[in-house]
Amino acid sequence: MHTPDSSPRASLYYDYKIHPFKPAPEQRGEQTRHPVAVVGAGPIGLALALDLARYGVASVVLEADVQVSEGSRAIVFTRRSMEILQQVGVAERMMEDALPWRSGNSIYRGQRVFRMEAPYDPDDRYQPMHNLQQQYLEQYLVEQCEQQSLIELRWGTRFVELLRNDDQVELLLDTPEGEYSLQADWLVACDGARSPVRSQLGLRMDGASYTGNFVIADIKIDIDLPTERLAFFDPDWNPGNTVLMHREPHGIWRLDYQLPAGETPEQALQPESLYGRIQAQLDMVGIDAPWQLDWCSVYSARAMTLPDYRHNRVLFAGDAAHMLPIFGVRGANTGLQDSQNLAWKLAARIQGWGGDVLLNSYSHERVGAAREIIEEAGKSTRFMTPPSNGYRLLRDATLSLSLSQPFVGPLFHWRTSRAHDYLDSPLNSGDKADNGPLTGAPLQNIRLAESDYLFDHLGGAFYLMLFAERPLDEPGLQLLQQRLQQEGVPFEIVQICRDLEQNDWPLLADPDGRIAAKYGAADGSALLARPDQHLCARWSQLDLDRVEKAIRIALGKSN
Amino acid sequence: MTEQSKAEAMAVADLEQVYDALAEAIDRAGEAHDRLFLTKLVLLLANRCGDRQAVLEAIDAALQDL
Ligand SMILES: Cc1cc2nc3c(=O)[nH]c(=O)nc-3n(C[C@H](O)[C@H](O)[C@H](O)COP(=O)(O)OP(=O)(O)OC[C@H]3O[C@@H](n4cnc5c(N)ncnc54)[C@H](O)[C@@H]3O)c2cc1C
Repeated sequence: MHTPDSSPRASLYYDYKIHPFKPAPEQRGEQTRHPVAVVGAGPIGLALALDLARYGVASVVLEADVQVSEGSRAIVFTRRSMEILQQVGVAERMMEDALPWRSGNSIYRGQRVFRMEAPYDPDDRYQPMHNLQQQYLEQYLVEQCEQQSLIELRWGTRFVELLRNDDQVELLLDTPEGEYSLQADWLVACDGARSPVRSQLGLRMDGASYTGNFVIADIKIDIDLPTERLAFFDPDWNPGNTVLMHREPHGIWRLDYQLPAGETPEQALQPESLYGRIQAQLDMVGIDAPWQLDWCSVYSARAMTLPDYRHNRVLFAGDAAHMLPIFGVRGANTGLQDSQNLAWKLAARIQGWGGDVLLNSYSHERVGAAREIIEEAGKSTRFMTPPSNGYRLLRDATLSLSLSQPFVGPLFHWRTSRAHDYLDSPLNSGDKADNGPLTGAPLQNIRLAESDYLFDHLGGAFYLMLFAERPLDEPGLQLLQQRLQQEGVPFEIVQICRDLEQNDWPLLADPDGRIAAKYGAADGSALLARPDQHLCARWSQLDLDRVEKAIRIALGKSN
Repeated sequence: MTEQSKAEAMAVADLEQVYDALAEAIDRAGEAHDRLFLTKLVLLLANRCGDRQAVLEAIDAALQDL
């Protein structure tokens, strides 16, 4: 019998709410076949359920616990994550408390040896980074799910076994009132780094585990420093190791520090060691404010991915699919991109407007993204926690040079999660871009007016973006739109025109050609974006046959 | 061109490759030979660079902040 811990977790700033288990219809003898079962109500499972609902796809979300994440865990959300969260309706809520930022500082021997600002484009609604504790993100997603009649959130329900994965799936679940089995057409495993679904299928991740262990500690303290990333290398109190500091909302600071080689997590979490080291770090920065510990944990850097995110009717997303080092805020941010990539494809497959191979393209695109991230994260990890004598010497030499030789700055690898460009996606077609975003890359947001941006208008649909002097009056366009909509394909047309005075969605005025320039478009150009806001084709001249063909390719229906 | 601006002329991606290759070569040389290896490497690069002044400047720069 599954008995989830139903006492609210302790926290100095967050009030945990218990979502009691409620018996499922299946436990009263009602059998339903759910279109989608999602295991895990972490950020990724919840975002996926909301995204599916945008297309009208119902899902049941199964969560072993009865409350949100213990401790802050993921605290940094990128612009791309905010754009994805905007689509599922929680970005505004997050922005009420989130701390936006963009600068990273590397400090060595008391000197700031490298400072980098992540680029910010005034056409973007969101700053490069936003700090907010994961509990809040989860809470907002849960509240949004509760508003959504297509989503059934089942707390206190633990996935035990995958009974079937053939022309449907069947799951064995355990609850405070005993076990039951649940039938669904599809299963999405968003059950986190230890993914029981992954173990059930006997799947192995490939990649590397790094030796360095980090303590993550959240403390309540009043520090008058801006929201920026602070990385301290080789501090006197922790020689040879790295310490990170991040400001969180609600009067909390995150300290991450590397453990001396050979020390076990248990030793590191001994109060004496923990308090002494946190104090030593604060002393070094010159802060003598009182503080209290809120939460702590030990984290080891791993860079691994499943080689395939699809196993017949089971799909993997988020930490269940990959485990990424925390350097560069990749965990949750990468998972949100998974969910956004998967949602429209699964919806299209279920509703019949997309082919089955779309789901293979999910795996292709996102495994590719994970591998690219692992490659990049590997560099940061080798710098932060050198794995061998050679790498340690190189790191130390770089630190020493950094005091007088700016050329080594980029070697500090202040890289963060970014949206992956699906350049080699099987869904791409059309002409090559000379300028502007490449085919496969995410769309570029555009500021249309005060607090009015292009992405605010986008929903879960394909968008054909036409650039012209004035709106095209082409009957073929409307016919194409009607035909696609009859087949259930969400498809919209946006026209960006130089000869317009005012924006009147879906007509956008571009008198000075600013939008066209951003997109590398000329009069007559056409761009096609997928429902997840990635470009899948572009043409220098609109040709409706080619547009239709590109949509079929992007829907995995070309043959 | 000074030593520093030459070094900066190296693209970041190239610098990163050199970083990894050098780290791995040091590991291959092993702790018993890493100093010998590094000294040989500097002499080889000095000979390639062919600019005595630049090499002497680099030696001074490397001596800083040890
Ligand atoms: C200690 C720690 C610190 C972290 N710090 C950072 C950080 O600073 N920055 C960062 O970007 N990322 C961080 N991460 C990673 C980040 O939290 C994850 O990347 C993110 O939560 C992934 O979301 P997810 O939804 O894929 O998985 P999770 O958030 O792990 O959600 C998985 C869900 O599945 C549920 N579940 C598991 N098994 C079952 C089952 N059998 N049946 C039903 N439900 C089940 C779990 O209860 C959980 O709710 C940290 C993670 C940890 C553990």
